[in-house]
Amino acid sequence: MGNVNIVINDIKLNVPDTMTILEAAKEANIKIPTLCHLNLHDLKAVNKVASCRVCMVEVEGRRNLAPACATQIYEGMVIHTNTPRSVRGRRTSVELLLSDHPADCLVCEKNRQCDLQKIAADLGIRGELKYKGEMSTYEKDSSSHSIYRNLDKCILCRRCETMCNEVQTCGILSAMDRGFETVVSPAFGLPMVDTACTFCGQCVAVCPTAALTEINKVGEVWKAINDKEKYVVVQTAPAVRVALGEEFDMEPGTIVTGKMAAALRKLGFDKVFDTDFAADLTIMEEASEFAHRLQHNGTLPILTSCCPGWVKFFEHQFPDLLDIPSSCMSPHEMFGVIVKTYYAEKFNIKPEDIVVVSVMPCLAKKYEAARPELSHDELQNVDYVITTRELAAMIKEAGIDFEKLQDDDFDHPLGESTGASVIFGTTGGVIEAALRTAYEWLTGTTLENVDFVQLRGFEGIREATVKVNDMDVKIAVAHGLGNARKLLEAIRDGKAQYHAIEIMACPGGCIGGGGQPYHHGNVEILKKRVAAIYSEDKGKKIRKSHENPEIIKLYEEFLGKPYGEKAHHLLHTHYIARKKI
Amino acid sequence: MKKVCTNKLTDEKFKALDEFIDKLSYKDGALITVLHKAQEIFGYLPVEVQLHVAQKLDMPAAKVNGVVTFYSYFSETPKGEHVISVCLGTACFVRGAENIIKEFEKRLSIKPGQTTADGKFSIDALRCVGACGLAPVVMVDGKVYGRVKVEDVDAILKNYI
Ligand code: SF4
Ligand code: SF4
Ligand code: FES
Repeated sequence: MGNVNIVINDIKLNVPDTMTILEAAKEANIKIPTLCHLNLHDLKAVNKVASCRVCMVEVEGRRNLAPACATQIYEGMVIHTNTPRSVRGRRTSVELLLSDHPADCLVCEKNRQCDLQKIAADLGIRGELKYKGEMSTYEKDSSSHSIYRNLDKCILCRRCETMCNEVQTCGILSAMDRGFETVVSPAFGLPMVDTACTFCGQCVAVCPTAALTEINKVGEVWKAINDKEKYVVVQTAPAVRVALGEEFDMEPGTIVTGKMAAALRKLGFDKVFDTDFAADLTIMEEASEFAHRLQHNGTLPILTSCCPGWVKFFEHQFPDLLDIPSSCMSPHEMFGVIVKTYYAEKFNIKPEDIVVVSVMPCLAKKYEAARPELSHDELQNVDYVITTRELAAMIKEAGIDFEKLQDDDFDHPLGESTGASVIFGTTGGVIEAALRTAYEWLTGTTLENVDFVQLRGFEGIREATVKVNDMDVKIAVAHGLGNARKLLEAIRDGKAQYHAIEIMACPGGCIGGGGQPYHHGNVEILKKRVAAIYSEDKGKKIRKSHENPEIIKLYEEFLGKPYGEKAHHLLHTHYIARKKI
Repeated sequence: MKKVCTNKLTDEKFKALDEFIDKLSYKDGALITVLHKAQEIFGYLPVEVQLHVAQKLDMPAAKVNGVVTFYSYFSETPKGEHVISVCLGTACFVRGAENIIKEFEKRLSIKPGQTTADGKFSIDALRCVGACGLAPVVMVDGKVYGRVKVEDVDAILKNYI
């Protein structure tokens, strides 16, 4: 390994010989268009099958054009990225892709977010298409509650396969068949619902086209809002408020909590509540469960259970370890059940008339809402889940000028929240929030500095030891299911000992969820959302869940004791061993 | 009675496959070797066999299925009692082999690589079999039919019903 001298478009460079042409060009601020290529450095996800041939450049002394994303540089290499020949080569590659791609951009789910559409426009492909060929058509897969597959729009970049196999280690999607018949699919062409898919949606997050999108619920939500008989309440997850602005061309990391509440009210929801409230409730239950297990020699480590992608992952992959995750439902599920019991009772509304809509950064939450056991008195806790993207679509559809909205607040009760609940939206946040409460309960003292900075960051697996009384409490945090798998295997093999572990399926946690505005491969966007989360936490007057006055009141008026009988009945769940296909 | 026999037979086949896999000194990169062996043992690679291989080699079923469907050598359906192989090499092709294979497909309502529901016939498309002088060539269970015309298809099939 060493440095080499190369020339790109007459610019001389001295760069490490491990670089590809694409990476070297970046050093010289030369842009080469790419499509299949994906390099999420911090997530250690690199897709370089070089299937699209959109990054073709000319290399002196080489007869054919070279794919910049997959060609390593060497001493003396002379590269031209913008000669007529390379531009023509690129255009031909894109025109060939378009020859087997439906041209219904105007009504496509991904219109204005599609990387193929953008590159075709950038390359000046206009008017009649040059090549017309046989179109491959496939059956659409809407078998699951989360993911819609329309392979007519697949360009075989195989980013989804990389995400699913290398980052998430779920191995659901793989290339099948050969030649014109090639398709990226689960084994034996199974519908998604019959696989071990976690519905994390990371495949959707990186798909450049509309081949993979969410199952859209906007129509149903409009219908509920317009139904006069229904009392429609909405709740929004912590990670939504730090990303929604991107859909309206605001800087990544802009916090839009107030505008979001205002927009939701304008859309016609009867009440605008906050999942953050329920995150505080989750902490009350989870911290109690943790303290209980610690004090009564219960099973350790305790694993957080807020993330439905992670829950489904361990049900399929570690069915022998079902007793270690916390039995707490995820916050939006707790919220749903509290609305249909406590709130319904308090305000004299028939539970069956209430429709609970969750706005989530997540596709797995769609699947979770349909789990039969997450119900009470034969009513599902949550009726509809829409993503951050779907909410943005509703706001646009309603003609609301989002940027100009005056900040508004959530309704009460069930709208008050603490800083602890806000950080649920990022990796490390749930366990930090739990510690803020568990620490005070276990020590009986006040925690002065609530920032457990050692738990923060972007490393895939992080560890910290926190002194509680005279005990060293060992904590681990993992995000991305590949990292989760590593931790769980170490625990199963007895190689790692922890007291508590937080796991989130999506890289970065909920802020990087499969329902968030598309990041188009830019990890910096995720980091800005994380920073926004912590700054929202800092700005909150109350930063510990157990100090939330509406939570205290909920226990006094309705639930009784945290982790008590009623709470157990309403807010806790169980897990199911599932097949590993 | 018959059912029990087949199950026992299948058990033995799985045992033979497991023995083969357990003897391998390496597991990474052994997938293709294992699938070859499995096809040799079972005659084809049904879903259960692919799932079994995936589990034994500790890899996703989708990866195994991807490899099986990528190589035309591997088959996911059992071969029929009679295998009809139609040569689609250049010589046969220019002399109308395509129409002949289409005729077989029509008669039997299956595509190349598939087997009829009663298990009687399957169709394979072959590359040059080296009998170009006889083009177009059809082979049934190794018996060669030369200079086949579309009208002959019926008569050929009759020999095996
Ligand atoms: S949702 Fe997640 S687990 Fe399912 S196919 Fe996509 S990446 Fe794989
Ligand atoms: S489904 Fe999307 S991400 Fe997957 S190969 Fe097709 S275009 Fe690429
Ligand atoms: S971006 Fe280089 S081949 Fe697709």
